Amino acid sequence: MIDLLLQYPLIAALLTLVGLAAVFGALLGFAAVRFKTEGNPIADEINNILPQTQCGQCGYPGCRPYAEAIVNGEDINKCPPGGEAGINALADLLDVEPIPLDEEHGEEKLAPAVAFIREDECIGCTKCIQACPVDAILGAAKQMHTVIASECTGCDLCVEPCPVDCIDMLREEESLQSWHWQLPDPISRRADVIASDASADESSQDRAA
Amino acid sequence: MRKTYDFHGGIHPPENKHQSVRTPIADAGIPPQLTVPLSQHIGAPAHPVVSIGDHVLKGQVIAEARGFVSVPKHAPSSGSVIAIEDRLIAHPSGHLAPCIVIATDGKDEWLQRQIPPDYQALKKTELIDLIRNAGIAGMGGAGFPSSVKLSVKEGTHIETLIINGTECEPYITADDILMRERADQIIEGTKILRHIIAPQETLIGVENNKPEGLAALRAAAEGTGIEIVEFPTKYPSGGEKQLIEIITGKQVPSGGLPSQVGVVCQNLGSAVAIYEAVVLGHPLISRITTVTGESVREPQNFQVLIGTPMRYLLEKAGYEAQKNNRLIMGGPMMGFTVPDSDVPIVKTTNCLLAPTESELPTPPPAQACIRCGLCAEACPVSLLPQQMFWFAQSKELEKLEEHNLFDCIECGACSYACPSNIPLVQYYRASKAEIVHLQHEHEKSEHSRIRFEARQERLDQAADEKEAKRAARKQAAEARAQQADGGAEDPIQAAIERAQAKKAAQQASGASTVSELERLEQAVVTTRKRLDTASTKLDQATAEGSDLVSALQLGVDKTRAKLEVAEQALQEFQQTPTVAPVEDSPTNAAQAAIEKAMAARASEAALSPSEKAQVQLEKLQQRLQKSQDTLARSRENGEDEKVIEALEASVARLTEKISAAQDQRNAGENA
Repeated sequence: MIDLLLQYPLIAALLTLVGLAAVFGALLGFAAVRFKTEGNPIADEINNILPQTQCGQCGYPGCRPYAEAIVNGEDINKCPPGGEAGINALADLLDVEPIPLDEEHGEEKLAPAVAFIREDECIGCTKCIQACPVDAILGAAKQMHTVIASECTGCDLCVEPCPVDCIDMLREEESLQSWHWQLPDPISRRADVIASDASADESSQDRAA
Repeated sequence: MRKTYDFHGGIHPPENKHQSVRTPIADAGIPPQLTVPLSQHIGAPAHPVVSIGDHVLKGQVIAEARGFVSVPKHAPSSGSVIAIEDRLIAHPSGHLAPCIVIATDGKDEWLQRQIPPDYQALKKTELIDLIRNAGIAGMGGAGFPSSVKLSVKEGTHIETLIINGTECEPYITADDILMRERADQIIEGTKILRHIIAPQETLIGVENNKPEGLAALRAAAEGTGIEIVEFPTKYPSGGEKQLIEIITGKQVPSGGLPSQVGVVCQNLGSAVAIYEAVVLGHPLISRITTVTGESVREPQNFQVLIGTPMRYLLEKAGYEAQKNNRLIMGGPMMGFTVPDSDVPIVKTTNCLLAPTESELPTPPPAQACIRCGLCAEACPVSLLPQQMFWFAQSKELEKLEEHNLFDCIECGACSYACPSNIPLVQYYRASKAEIVHLQHEHEKSEHSRIRFEARQERLDQAADEKEAKRAARKQAAEARAQQADGGAEDPIQAAIERAQAKKAAQQASGASTVSELERLEQAVVTTRKRLDTASTKLDQATAEGSDLVSALQLGVDKTRAKLEVAEQALQEFQQTPTVAPVEDSPTNAAQAAIEKAMAARASEAALSPSEKAQVQLEKLQQRLQKSQDTLARSRENGEDEKVIEALEASVARLTEKISAAQDQRNAGENA
């Protein structure tokens, strides 16, 4: 055998290559089975960026379906709760140009809201409970319902089904706990104003007045 | 002389401390009103345990601690609680916070004080509880509950206890005056802390710009084993981590706690408060506050009750409000402007600074960053302020975190050093808040995602179950249909057979006169029973005043009538026992009905669809006629309104059915 190989180096080379191919093929095949990724990792990453309000304003029944739609080429500007920051993050992740929010799907809200049920008006129809995408409403048929404020995503989905219109979306007021320092006002740091400019500004304003 | 170390950076702003140490500590007295905020410390706000109108005594607990990182609040003087409501407090936001307002009675009447036993005899945990119950929170600035700081985890080896008497910030002299006047108390408080922590060495760190204080401390510490460490003045050497580095040369790791390098730090003011709590039994209800600045005529230190309005204290020092451009709580470096001079003094108010415009001018407009690097040289934590400034401007929060933004102690040295007057610290504060806010939001969205997915799974499962049930039902129905194919042909046939079988059984058993008698007797008994239950129900309803009384009354009357009929029948039967059995007629009637039904079915089967519809229509019309008759009769007889309504409804339904049947027939004819 060794004599044969020595006689025909071509066969030796061929055998070596076939052997290598077999080994690496087996290795790759094993890796494909052993390290198989469940689901779509890009959809997961997109889903992580989406705000998870599950409001359906994008036209999909929840954030996950929209994430999957984005993977399949849907526009990234259909999520009003995520707003500009969300679009920028998506654009970063997918390496595309950020585009302005699609007004058709709603406007970005400045402060988060929480649903509130006016309890003496509630008739206990359970319609809002069925509408809530995160099970944040507590109640039973013919019993008064209430919203678990800490679980509410402010998606508005419970407002429409209520037959007696007893659900309000309350904006969260800034409190001592939620207050925080703001970035310095850029207008107060007009860096390029020199003394003569400032006086010229004032005099022109005086004249205008 | 102990070797001290130096930390990176630092600045030397004008000290301006001499103005307020010329006179001894003055007592500010009792103001007419005390406003005690429920949250004066880091952690959960205390929970009020008094109500409006209550009379409280000095030192009485008015709000309890809630949670581990929390301390209780005590009444600073005697008086009555006039309000528990949201008031403006000393906070840069200008937001309201819950406060207990006490109208003082001027008597300053103490609650029956319990002088604690000798602390040497107390266990560590008992001492810590005592300190917590006295409401002691760090008096240096942040207000971290002292009891939490002292509760060092079991097994952590503490080498050094450091009492922080640095007071590096300009203008403030509250600790300086304490050292001069109450050195004994400081040493006593330090001994208690030493007893709790049991460190290898106990040090008091003081900057060398307080020679009188140092001398007093040294004299008091003689022979106690407590070492007074003097080191050069530099801002911000009073920062906890900076002080540890100066004294021990060890750096606390980024994001770590001093206990990780075997050090516990306490403020000098807290040591005095702990002395008062443990030895005298006084809770923390007053503190030393420096009132200074060019807008007060007599800058000095006051012993002031917690909750005293700032304006009251300022006026004691000769406040000239028109000269003051802004009122600052804390020092010029780390303090903040208070929204109003009526806000109360709290446990962390070490200084009230009322400067004039010339003394502390409004910062000029910021210029562009020239990348001079002076801020990086000044930074005591060796950060890169200029770099972080760019990231903060462009909101690159991840990069800020990578540059260790959270190690920034917000000392303001960079802003002070900046030749372009950029308010750097404000950028870092805002960015820190933004990062924390985003983290919270991300946590919340993650939580919502999990809930959404759980719900989705539940709905899917419910749908699957429903589908499975439906399939099972369908299968069962098919099985039944197959069975039925072999047996009875259809339900009508089955019903006829059942009726026939019943009749045969009746005939077989021989409906004797005896059984007839039994039946009648049975009827009387059951009817009487029903009458009884109906009457009880009626009584109950009358007692409760229910709406159903009239309906129930009707029911009772009817049942009574039935009972009478049944009794009569029974009597008649008993009187004529030999009456001829008339069993033929029911048998015949049943037979006739069966025959009729079968005939109808036979004829129906022979009919075409349109004819069928016609028949149906006729039947319906007959029923309608009957219903209308009944309705008319009941109207004439003046029956109950409800009955008439029900009849009207059935007439309307029939009319509808007729029109539907007509449509169907027409359709059939057209086809």
